[in-house]
Amino acid sequence: MFNLKSPFSKLILVVIAALFSSCFKSYEGKINIDGSSTVYPLTEAVSEEFRDIRPEIRVTVGVSGTGGGFKKFLRNEIDISNASRPISKSELEQSKKSGIDFIEIPVSYDGLAVVVSKNNDFVDYLTVEELHKMWAPESQHKIIKWNQIRPEWPDAPLNLYGAGTSSGTYDYFTEAINGKAKASRGDYTASEDDNVLVQGVSTDINGLGYFGLAYYSENKDKLKLVPIKVDKNSEAIYPTDETVQNGSYQPLSRPEFIYVNVQSAQSPLVQEYIKFYLENAGTLAKEVGYVALPAAVYILSYEKFKNLKTGSIFENESTVGANLLELLKKHSE
Amino acid sequence: MAKSSIKSEKFIELIMILCSLISVLTTIGIILVLSIDTVKFFSEVSFFDFITDPQWTPLFEDKHFGILPLLAGTILTTLIATLLAVPIGVSIAVYLNEYASKKFTATVKPILEILAAVPTVVYGFFALQFVTPLLQTFIPSLAGFNALSPGLVMGIMIIPYITSLSEDALSAVPKSLREASYGLGASKLQTAFKVMVPAASSGIIVSIILAISRALGETMIVAIAAGQQPNLTLNPLESVETITTYIVQVSMGDVPQASLEYRTIFAAGITLFAFTFLLNNISFWIQKKYQNRYD
Repeated sequence: MFNLKSPFSKLILVVIAALFSSCFKSYEGKINIDGSSTVYPLTEAVSEEFRDIRPEIRVTVGVSGTGGGFKKFLRNEIDISNASRPISKSELEQSKKSGIDFIEIPVSYDGLAVVVSKNNDFVDYLTVEELHKMWAPESQHKIIKWNQIRPEWPDAPLNLYGAGTSSGTYDYFTEAINGKAKASRGDYTASEDDNVLVQGVSTDINGLGYFGLAYYSENKDKLKLVPIKVDKNSEAIYPTDETVQNGSYQPLSRPEFIYVNVQSAQSPLVQEYIKFYLENAGTLAKEVGYVALPAAVYILSYEKFKNLKTGSIFENESTVGANLLELLKKHSE
Repeated sequence: MAKSSIKSEKFIELIMILCSLISVLTTIGIILVLSIDTVKFFSEVSFFDFITDPQWTPLFEDKHFGILPLLAGTILTTLIATLLAVPIGVSIAVYLNEYASKKFTATVKPILEILAAVPTVVYGFFALQFVTPLLQTFIPSLAGFNALSPGLVMGIMIIPYITSLSEDALSAVPKSLREASYGLGASKLQTAFKVMVPAASSGIIVSIILAISRALGETMIVAIAAGQQPNLTLNPLESVETITTYIVQVSMGDVPQASLEYRTIFAAGITLFAFTFLLNNISFWIQKKYQNRYD
């Protein structure tokens, strides 16, 4: 049956050989990344470009939420953790206990977008107070109609979509809107997968949701962005590159980070990757819908990385309204 | 020679016993695992709260552990599926058995059974991306995630379960009954629904119960298309979360193991198990009681 001389079986042999060689391609090294779904598009974009120039280095990027990423990071399972919030107090303690040091690198700004369905024609803007009324823990099972937020709005159910409890977006949003991280009502559609939220809000005329601006930019045709007023008398601000970078889109703009394990940071492969990351993060951030940090921040961060400077600049600071450049300068002194 | 054949006979018997033991032991293992964590769960949460609290928010700051919203979601989607599948499934069975030619039945039945072979994840996306937008053209207030669309799709999925078993039950009814009915001057329709269906009723009911317990445990369709919002409602237009969806959500997320939050999935799991176990026992009992009525 298997006549090795027939041209057909030769062909099969060649194909099998080719398949095997691609499966068992030997890599020079591996970089494991996991964490926030919000930082994922940026890190993945950087990694794709990086694979083009260094195909012999294998870079894998997973998505398990900021909290999930840190858990793996602190178990020493990954080299780099994507995070859409700074490392938390309890995670810091954990890192000290298990002796895992890290270098914190801000990579871009992100605005949180508050969105409604394209077919929603009554929401013109929202104040922070109104957002608080919608999302406060006390509102659970009480604020359930649009006209409870503003009397002139229709008597229609208010269907909420938001980040799942282990995502950094959830922590940031609840801190900025409800004053305390992780304080939120629980009767809404909660998912760590932003695509689920996009799908939900875009198909629900009475829906309202929040997630990273990048996911809005990818789904502009299906969603309507809601401008935010800090208080009743201020101007309604849309999240744009400018308003996010200059901090006028408050309080829903925030920095995004990657955390590098200090041991991994001594490997030349990771050094090469981080150098590439910080050189290209600015341009790629814009491409995937984020806002680039000021160039000086990337340069300072790279210095910090080269000097293996560990610790978080947000240990005693909130990210709400933070000026990264000043904090970094203060920290490196 | 004879000795060795007895030996091999014994050996084969042993292998068969082992095989059947595997399934029995697995069942016992599942019940044990579920029970251990459920007991730990109820040492922290009162059983009374579990069955009466109208809120289910174990992952949030303000924790509530009422299973009712998840149960409502599960029952609602199952009810919609059953309401769609029973009339259609039984009608198809009657048509195939009473009206259609043998050749037609032989071709259509396997095709119908393909419905049961469609992967449920495909059904889920079919519900989310096709059925929901279609329904929204008739019902504009329908939310993007809702109980109605996955319920209907789940109904389509369980039709073959009902048709197949009901058809078997109908064809097992003795010919004499049908002939007697015709002899008394009954029409085809009267014979089908007033004689044949009642005569096969135990088999039909069993098929329905099995289909219901299939729908109760269905995961992928509702996880994709029904939403993830525990909602104590029987309004099919709203977004609901079923027990199975919740288990998927927690086991895929980052909830630390051996925490109270993690144990909620075992308590939810055993609730679901209790329901399907009950249904399977009812169907077993009906089958046993009415099996040989016409012999």
